[in-house]
Amino acid sequence: MDNIAGKKSGLTWAVHISVLALVLLWVFPTLGLLVSSFRTGDQITSSGWWAALFPAELNETLRTADPDDFRFERDGVFVVEGNLYVVDGRVESADGVRAEISVWGTSSRAIDDFVAGETADLGDGEEITVQANGDYIWTGNDDQISGRGQRVFATAETPPEFTTNNYRNVLFDPTNREGMTRAFFNTLTVTIPATIIPILIAAFAAYALAWMDFPGRALLVAAVVALLVVPLQLALIPLLTLHNAIGIGKGYLGVWLAHTGFGLPLAIYLLRNYMVGLPREIIESAKVDGATDFQIFTKIILPLSFPALASFAIFQFLWTWNDLLVALVFLIDSSGDTTVMTRQIVELLGTRGGDWEVLATAAFVSIAVPLLVFFTMQRYLVRGLLAGSVK
Amino acid sequence: MNPALQGLITIIVGVGGCVAYFYFSNQVLDKVLFPGRGPNAGRNINRANAIRPWLFLFPAILALGLYLAYPVVETLRLSMIDRNNGGAFVGADNYIRMFGEEKFWEAVRNNFLWLLIVPAASTAFGLLAAQLTDRIGWGNIAKSLIFMPMAISFVGAAVIFKLIYDARPEDVAQIGILNALYLQFGGESPITWLTVPFWNNLFLMIVLIWIQTGFAMVILSAALRGIPEETVEAAIVDGAGPFQIFFKIKIPQISGTIVVVWTTITIVVLKVFDIVFAMTNGQWETQVLANYMYDKLFRANDWGVGSASAMIIMLMVTPILVWNVYNARKEMR
Repeated sequence: MDNIAGKKSGLTWAVHISVLALVLLWVFPTLGLLVSSFRTGDQITSSGWWAALFPAELNETLRTADPDDFRFERDGVFVVEGNLYVVDGRVESADGVRAEISVWGTSSRAIDDFVAGETADLGDGEEITVQANGDYIWTGNDDQISGRGQRVFATAETPPEFTTNNYRNVLFDPTNREGMTRAFFNTLTVTIPATIIPILIAAFAAYALAWMDFPGRALLVAAVVALLVVPLQLALIPLLTLHNAIGIGKGYLGVWLAHTGFGLPLAIYLLRNYMVGLPREIIESAKVDGATDFQIFTKIILPLSFPALASFAIFQFLWTWNDLLVALVFLIDSSGDTTVMTRQIVELLGTRGGDWEVLATAAFVSIAVPLLVFFTMQRYLVRGLLAGSVK
Repeated sequence: MNPALQGLITIIVGVGGCVAYFYFSNQVLDKVLFPGRGPNAGRNINRANAIRPWLFLFPAILALGLYLAYPVVETLRLSMIDRNNGGAFVGADNYIRMFGEEKFWEAVRNNFLWLLIVPAASTAFGLLAAQLTDRIGWGNIAKSLIFMPMAISFVGAAVIFKLIYDARPEDVAQIGILNALYLQFGGESPITWLTVPFWNNLFLMIVLIWIQTGFAMVILSAALRGIPEETVEAAIVDGAGPFQIFFKIKIPQISGTIVVVWTTITIVVLKVFDIVFAMTNGQWETQVLANYMYDKLFRANDWGVGSASAMIIMLMVTPILVWNVYNARKEMR
C-alpha cells in the first residue's frame, strides 16, 4: 500500500532484515535448548551450543592401545596397530571415525610437529605413524613397546556430532529415577480430563447466557467477566482446606476439579461471545418448528460452535499442561508417583543444576507436546485469542 | 488404581454425568413438573422456560462460585484471623505484620518494576513485529515463530533462559551465550547474571517479555489489518511518510486494542510465579508478590500473612476487573 507513494526498495529491505533479526532473536533461545539436548554432557560443557552446529577444530590427547595386551611381533620388531578414536572409545570401529586429524605430535610442547600420514621418529628405531582418520602403527623393540600406550596430541577437525542418548536415558531407561516417562504420563493424566470436562459445562452455560432470556442475565455475564481476572492464588488455601475436608486433597480428582473451576470463566466467555454471533434466524426458525432449547443446543449450536470449542480446548490444554502452581498445591504426594513434568523439572533444576544434558532433554520432552499442538492448531488458537481479547 | 484408568473413568463419569444431568433435568422439567399439554399447557410451558436457563447454568454457577467466588471471601476472612489462636479475629494484625517485613516491600517494589516494564516492552515488541510482518511475503512464518514461545511453559522457558544466563569459571569456555558475548565484547570475567541485584529482575522479565510478545503481536496484527484503507491512502495523498502513517494514523486507530493487550499482559504479570520460582526462588532481591505468597503459605505455613498478600494481589487486579466489567456492560447494551 505504501508503494503508491513510489518509495519502496530501501525500506522493504530494512523491513525484511528487521523481521529476520526479530525472528532469530525469538527462536535462538529455544534452539539452544534443542541443540543442547542432542549433545553429550562433555560436549555441552566444552563449548557453547552455537559452536556445535559447525565443524570444530579440537586439540585432543589420545592414546594408543596398551602394548602389553595388543602388541605383536612382525619381522623382528614389535607392533601395535589400531585407531586412536577406537581405543578412546569414541567410536565402535575405524569406519565410524568422523574427525579428521590435520596435525599431531607426541609431546605436549610440540603438538603440531607432524601432519597426518607422516611418521614420527621417537629415537632408537621407535616409530609411530598416524593417519588423518586416527589409524596408527607404532613399532619398536621389546623395551620400547611396553608399559602404557603412546600418547598422541592431535589437532582434528571434528564435524558436528549429535547423540540421541539423552533422550534414551530420560525417556526409555526404566532404572533412571529421574526419568521423565512417569511424569509425562502424569501430566497427560492431569491434562486430558481437565480439558474435556469444563467444555461441556461451559457450553450449556454459554448458550443460556447467549440465547435465553431470564432476569439477571446481564449480571451473570458481568460476573463471568469479573471472575476472568481473579488470581487463582486466592483460591489455593480455601480450596485445599475444602478438598482435604471432603477427602480429595492429594489426588488427581482435586487437580481436575481445580482446573475445571479455574478454566470455566474463559470457557464461558469465549463460547458465549461466539454463540451470540450465530445467526438469529436459524435459532428462531428451529423454535418455530417446535424444537426445544435442549434440541437447539445439541443439534444446532454445538456443531456450529466447533471452532470456539476447539479454541478453548487448545487454551485449556496448553494451560493445564504447562501449569506448575496448581499441580504443586493440589497434587502433593510424598512418594513421587504423581509428580508432573513441570514440577520434576523444577526439582531437577535444584538437584542437577549444572547437568545441562539432563535438564535440556527433560525440558524439551515437556515442551514438545505443546509445540506440536501449537503448530498444528495455530489457526484455532489465534481465533480464540482474537475472540477473547479484541473488543 | 492405575491413574490412566482413573483418568478415563473420570472423563466418562464427568462427561457422561454432565450429559445425563442436562438431558434428564430437561426431561423432568418438560414431562413431569410442567408438562406442555393438558389444561394448563400454556402456563406450564412458560414456567418451564423460566426455569430452564437455571438448569443450563447450574453446574457452571456451582463451579464458579465454589472455585473462584467463595475463595475470594474465604481468603479475606483468613487474612484477618489468627489460625494458631483457634481462628480468633485479629483485624489488620496480619497486614501490619506483613507491612513490617522487608521482603514484602521488596516484592512490592519488584512487582511494580514488572508492571512498568513487561507490558510496555511486550506491547512495543508486539506492535513492531505486527507492523513489520504484515508487509512481507513470509510474514506468516515469521509470526508463527515469534508466537511460538506462547506454547512453552514458564518452567520450560526458565530452563531455556538459565542456559542463556549460565556462567562458568573464567578459564573454561562459556556455554551461556550472554557471557560468551560479554567476554567477546571486552568483559573482564563472566558474570552470574541472576545474582546481580536489581539487574537480575530485568533478566527474569526478559523471559516473560519473550513469551508475551507473540500474544501482543497476534492481537495487534489483527487490529492493524482492521484499519480502513482509506485513512491510510488519504494520508499518503497528503504526503505523509511511513513513520507518520504508523504513529499518527495507525496507532490512534488501534489505541483501544493496545489498552486491551496492555491490561491482559498486566494481569499475567501480577500472577507471575513460575518464572521466579524456578529461576531464583526470590533470592538475590528478585522476590515478587505471588512467590512471596507461596513462600508464606506453604513454606512458612503462615496463612495469615499469606492470605493478606494474596489480598494485595487481588487489590492490584481490581481496577482492571472493574474496567473490564464496565466495558462488557457497555457492550451488552
